[in-house]
Amino acid sequence: MAATKRELIDRLQKNILQWEGYKPPVAGTRSLAGLGLVEAAFPNGVFPVAAVHELVCGSTKQAAAGCGLVTGILSALLKQDGVCVWIGRARRLFAPALAVFGVSPHKVIFISLTKDKDALWVMEEALKCTGLTAVVCEVCELDFKQSRRLQLAVEQSRVTGFILRNATKKLGSTACTARWRVKPLPSADLDGLPGLGFMRWQVELLKVRNGQTGSWVLEWKDGCFNRVEEVLILEERQVG
Amino acid sequence: MQKRYMAIWFRHLLTDGLALRRPALKEVPFVLTTPVKNRVVITASSPLAEQQGAFTGMAVADARAAVPELVAVDDTPGKAAKLLRLLGLWCIRYTPIVAVDLPDGLVLDISGCAHLWDDERGYLKEIVLKLRKAGFDARAAIADTPGAAWAVSRFATVSPIVPVGGQIQVLSGLPPVALRLDAEILERLKKLGFRTIGPLLMMPSPTLRRRFGNELLVRLDQALGRIDEVLTPLTPPMPYVERLPCLEPIRTAPGIEIAIEKLLSALCLRLQAEGKGLRKAVLKCIRVDGRTVQAGIGTNRGSHSVSHLQKLFGLQIARIEPALGIELFVLEASKVEDMETVQEQIWAVDRGLADTALAELLDRVAGKVGAETIQRYLPAEHYWPERSVKIATSLSEEPSTVWPEQMRPIRLLSRPEPIEVMALVPDNPPKTFTYNNKRHVIMKADGPERIGREWWLDSGEHRDYYAVEDSEGQRYWVFRSGHYDGSDARWYLHGYFA
Repeated sequence: MAATKRELIDRLQKNILQWEGYKPPVAGTRSLAGLGLVEAAFPNGVFPVAAVHELVCGSTKQAAAGCGLVTGILSALLKQDGVCVWIGRARRLFAPALAVFGVSPHKVIFISLTKDKDALWVMEEALKCTGLTAVVCEVCELDFKQSRRLQLAVEQSRVTGFILRNATKKLGSTACTARWRVKPLPSADLDGLPGLGFMRWQVELLKVRNGQTGSWVLEWKDGCFNRVEEVLILEERQVG
Repeated sequence: MQKRYMAIWFRHLLTDGLALRRPALKEVPFVLTTPVKNRVVITASSPLAEQQGAFTGMAVADARAAVPELVAVDDTPGKAAKLLRLLGLWCIRYTPIVAVDLPDGLVLDISGCAHLWDDERGYLKEIVLKLRKAGFDARAAIADTPGAAWAVSRFATVSPIVPVGGQIQVLSGLPPVALRLDAEILERLKKLGFRTIGPLLMMPSPTLRRRFGNELLVRLDQALGRIDEVLTPLTPPMPYVERLPCLEPIRTAPGIEIAIEKLLSALCLRLQAEGKGLRKAVLKCIRVDGRTVQAGIGTNRGSHSVSHLQKLFGLQIARIEPALGIELFVLEASKVEDMETVQEQIWAVDRGLADTALAELLDRVAGKVGAETIQRYLPAEHYWPERSVKIATSLSEEPSTVWPEQMRPIRLLSRPEPIEVMALVPDNPPKTFTYNNKRHVIMKADGPERIGREWWLDSGEHRDYYAVEDSEGQRYWVFRSGHYDGSDARWYLHGYFA
C-alpha cells in the first residue's frame, strides 16, 4: 500500500511539472552539460537544458567563480556551433579566458548594460530567440514575476538561460528550475609541485525542481568538470 | 509617328571632364596617357594640346618633343562610360530615351519632344549651348535614324539638321568612315577608291555583300532607316523612398504604426523584387507645424521582412512627437545591400552566427538600448592583455588568429588597481597583499609571466604577472610594473580567476 502511494505521488508530481510547462529530459538522454556525477541530482539524472538556472555568488570577487562554472557548462552546450549571448555589466568579462574553458570566445556575443531592467528585457528577448543555444545574464535582483517571464520564454524556444546574481541580501523565491551557489575553494597540490592547482569550487545545489539538492566540490581539469571527494579534502586539510 | 533621333558628339570628352575637376589644367596643354607595350601612348588630348601638335595615338615622348610644356595625366579605364552615363542622365530632361554611344557620344530618341522648344533648331541649340557652357565641346545633329545623325554630327560641314527623308542626300556626300565601320572594311573601301558614300548607294547589294561582308549592308540600312536600330536607354537610379501623405493629421501611436506598416510593405516589396536588403532607414515625419521629426533604424544584416522592420520601428515610436499631428510620412532607405536568398528549412539546423533570428534579435536590442552595447570579440595578435582582444565589426567576421592558450582571468579590471605587497625575496611571488584595506595571505602562486610593453605603441614599464591564491581560495592575477629595485616596486591587481 505504501509503495502504491509513493507511485501515485510521483505520478502526480510529474503531472504538475508538465502543467507548469517544465519538461524533464527523458532518462538516458546523452548528457549535454558535462557535469558528471552532479547530474544525478536532477530529474532522470540529466542536466535540464531549456530551463533557467540561477547562480548565486557571495560577493563580487566570488562572482568570477560563478562565471567559471557557467563557462564550463557552456563549453559542453556550445559544442555544435552554438551561439551564446552574455549580458553583463560594463565589460568586465575577459574574452580570452573563455578559451581556457573550451568555449570559442568569438561565438559569444556580449551585451553590456548597467540597468537591471534593460538586462532583463534583453534576456527575455534573447531567450525567445531560437537561433541561440544559451543566454547568460548578470543581474542584482530578480523577483518571482520576472523569473516567471523568463521561464515562459524558455518553454517556447528551448534555450538554456543562466542568471548570475551576486551580493544579494536575501534570496526570494523564483520560478527558476535550479538555484546554485558557487564559492571558490583552495586548489589542491599537484603531486608536490609548487604553484596553483586546478581551479576548484564548492558547488551547492540549493533548490532544484523535482530533484535532489546537494553539495559537491568540483575541479576543472582536462577540459571537463571532475568531482572531488570530500574525504580527500579532509585528508589534505589534516596533512596541511 | 515620324521617328527623329539626335546624336551628340563630345569631341574632347575625357579631357573636358578632367579639366572640369581640375580647373588648373584649362590653361595648359595636357594629355591622358596609358602604357602600351613599353611605350606611353596618348589616349586623349586637350584642344590646346591638339592645336600645338599632340594628337591621340602618339607616344608621349614624341609629343613632348613638339610641345615641351605638355602635362601628362594617367588615364583611368572606364572613365568615358562613367562620364557619358552622367551626361546621359542629365539629358533625360530633354527626352525620356537616352542611350550611351561609346566611346564618345550619346544618342537621343527625340520623337515628339522638339516642339516643346519651338522647333528642332531651337531644341538642338538649347542642348548644345548648355553642354558647351558646362565645359564640354559638344556637337549634335538631328536625323531620321541614329546612324544618319551620328554621321552628320561628326562629319557634316553643313546644317546639323537633316530634314525628314533627307538622309540619302546628306550621306552620299560624306566619307565611308561616317558609316561606323570596321577599320579593315574602311581600308578596303579606300583601296577601291570609294571616297564618299554616294557611289556605294548605287551598287547592287549582292555585290557589296560579296566584297565587304554583311556588316556594311547592315550599317547602310541602319543609316538610311531601312532597318531599325535598337537603343538601350539609360535608367536613372530610383532612390528607395516611400511617401505617405495623410488626409488628416496623425496624432496617435497606432496611427503612426499603421503608417509605418504601409510604407514598409511598399518598400519591402520593391526590395524583395530587386533582391536587396535594408541596412539603414530613416522615417521622416513632417508635422502640421512645419517641423520634421526623425526616427532611424539599422540592421546587422540586410532585411526585407516587414514584420521585423516594423518591430524595430515599433521601438522608436515612443520617440516620435506628433504634437499637433503628422501630415506626411517619408520612409527613406539610406543604406541597402544585396541579399543572398536563403532557402527556408523545414527542420531546424543550428546556423551559428549566420542565423537570421539572431541578427533580428540583435537589431531589436540595438534599437532599444543602443548598438554600442553589443560586442563580439576576436583575438588580436598582442600579448599585452588590454590589447589582446579587438571588437568584431560584423557578425560574419572570423578570427584571423587563434585564441591564446595561457591562463587568463575570467574577470579583468578595466584599469589595474594598486595594491600593497610584501614579498620575502625580490623577484619572489608576493607573500601577502592588501587591497581595499583587506589583507590577503597568499598560499600558492604561479609566475612570473613577463609581458613586455609594446614600445612601438606606447612607452612604459613591462609587467611581471603572478597568478596567486589566497587562504580563502580566491584566485587573483597581480603584476609588478617594472623591475624590482627596492624603492619603487609598484604592484597592481588586474583580474580574478574563476
